[in-house]
Amino acid sequence: MIHPIPSGTRDVLPDEMRELRTITAALQEVFAAEGYGEVWTPTLEYEEVLRRADTGAAPAYRVFDDHGEVLALRSDMTVPIARLVATRYAAAEPPLRFHYTAHAYRAVRPHRGQMREFLQSGIELVGVPAPAGTAEVLRVMCRALDAAGLRGYRIGLGDASLYPALLAGLGIGEEATARLLGELVTRDFVGLERAVHDLDLDAASAELLVRVPQLRGGAEVLDAAGPAGEAVGGLRGLLDQLDGAVAERVIFDLGLSRGLGYYTGAVFDVLDPALGAPIGGGGRYDDLLGRFGRPLPAVGFALGVDRLHLALTGEEARS
Amino acid sequence: MSAPGLTIAVPRGALLGETLDALDSIGVETAEVRSNDRKLLFEDVGIVTMRPSDVPTYVEAGAADVGITGKDVLAEQAEREVYELLDLGFGPCRMIVATVEGENPMDEALRRLGVMRIATKYFKTANAYFEATGRQAEIVEVKGSVELAPLTGLVEGIVDLTATGTTLRENGLVIREELFASTARLIANPVAHKLKAAAIDDMVERLRARHAASA
Repeated sequence: MIHPIPSGTRDVLPDEMRELRTITAALQEVFAAEGYGEVWTPTLEYEEVLRRADTGAAPAYRVFDDHGEVLALRSDMTVPIARLVATRYAAAEPPLRFHYTAHAYRAVRPHRGQMREFLQSGIELVGVPAPAGTAEVLRVMCRALDAAGLRGYRIGLGDASLYPALLAGLGIGEEATARLLGELVTRDFVGLERAVHDLDLDAASAELLVRVPQLRGGAEVLDAAGPAGEAVGGLRGLLDQLDGAVAERVIFDLGLSRGLGYYTGAVFDVLDPALGAPIGGGGRYDDLLGRFGRPLPAVGFALGVDRLHLALTGEEARS
Repeated sequence: MSAPGLTIAVPRGALLGETLDALDSIGVETAEVRSNDRKLLFEDVGIVTMRPSDVPTYVEAGAADVGITGKDVLAEQAEREVYELLDLGFGPCRMIVATVEGENPMDEALRRLGVMRIATKYFKTANAYFEATGRQAEIVEVKGSVELAPLTGLVEGIVDLTATGTTLRENGLVIREELFASTARLIANPVAHKLKAAAIDDMVERLRARHAASA
C-alpha cells in the first residue's frame, strides 16, 4: 500500500540520514566549541507570541488546542529563541549564546532544497552589538561551514537599513518607500527603475537609487555607494573586524534584502557555485528582543541542512 | 570576441530571432544556433535553448546563469526566485481581456450569474487580475487556441497575449481591457548574480547601450 504524506514534507532513510547527521554533527561541534549552548523549543507556539515578532509573514500552519487557543508551527528558530531569552533569561547577564538544530515550517512552493518542513542549524548571539557581535557570528559560521567540508562558498553581505536610509535621506514618502522596497524584495530591477522614474527626482538622486542596490563586489563598492551614510560606515567597520579568512569570502551586496521583517543592520547570505539558491544566512535584529520585553542587540544565522547537503554533493561532483 | 563565461537560457519561438541578434551584438557567437533548430544545447558558446516558459525554471535552479524571456512569463511565474535585470525592449505585446463583438457578455454573466468564465493559458495572471478588480471569475485553463473558447460558448471572455491583434480580429473578438504591456526581459539566477557579478554587469551594460542606441 502507498500512503501519501503532505506536500512539502518527506521521509529520510538511513543512507541519507547518515550524511545529514555527519553534517549537523560537524556544525554542532563547532558551535559548542565556540561557547554556544544548544537549546530546544516547542515546535508549536502560541500564534499570538509568534506574531509579536511582527515579521510581516503570518505563520503558515495553525491548529486549535483543546482550549480553543490558536497554536502555530514556528517559521524559524530566531523568534522562539527571542521569546526564550525574554522569558527564561529575563535577568541573565548578557552576552547569551545559543545554537540549535531544528525543523521550521513555511508554506512555500516545494522544490529542490526548499521543503515546507525543513531542518535548520544555526546560532543566536544576544547582547553583543555591531560590529563585534556580527564579526563573531560570521567567524563561527565560516568555521562551521569549513568543518562540514564546504569549500567554494562566499558570503553575500549587505545592510537591511542601507536602502531605507538612502530613501529617507532623499525625503522619499512612505508610500513610495514601500513600493521601492517591494521591488527590491522581489528582485525586480526593471520595476525598481520605473518606480524611481515615477518619483520625478533630479537625475543624480534617481541614478543613485537605481545604481546602489545593484552594487556587488569587494570593498570598492562601499566607496561607490556615495551618500548611503551610516549603513555603509557600519559595513566598513564590520569589514575591519573580520579575520582575513572570513573577509576573503565576503562579497558586498548592497541590494541584499532578506525576506524576514525583523532585520535592522548587517544581513548576509551563504552562496556556493554548486547550488542555485543561498544555503542559509542571517543578520542583525537589534529590535526583536525589545518586542518580547528584553531589549538587547542580537545577531544570528541559520543554515539549511538540506541545502548544505546538496551543495556538498554538488561540489563533490564537480571536483 | 568570446562568450561572457555565462550559461544563457535562450527562448525558442517568437523571441528567438531578436534574442540572437542582441547576443550577436555583444559578441556571443550565435551562428550555430541559427543554423541548427533541432539542437538544444550549445556548450561552446554557453547557450541553451528552450520554451520561453521554461526559462525561469532553468535560471532559478542555476542550470543557466542568465536567461531571456517575456514579462508575460515572469508575471505568470512571479514566485520564481530570479532577478529581473533589464527590459530589452523587443517582442512587445499586451496581456488583454477579449470577448466576442457586440454587447459585453462578461457583464451579463456577472449581473445574472454572479460569476463569469474566462479561458486562458495564464491561470495565475488572470486569477490575480480579476481578484484585484473585485470580480468573480471561474478561470478555465486551456493549452492552445484560446480564441476558440468564447466562440463555442465555453466561456464569456479570455485573457491572452496579443502582439498585433490580428488573430483576435480574424476570430471576431474585441479587446475589452488591458492588464499590462510585455517585452523581453533579461533575468539572472540570484547566486550567479553575486558570484559572476562582473560578467553579468558587463552583459547588462552592453545590452542596455544597444537598446538605448536603437530607441
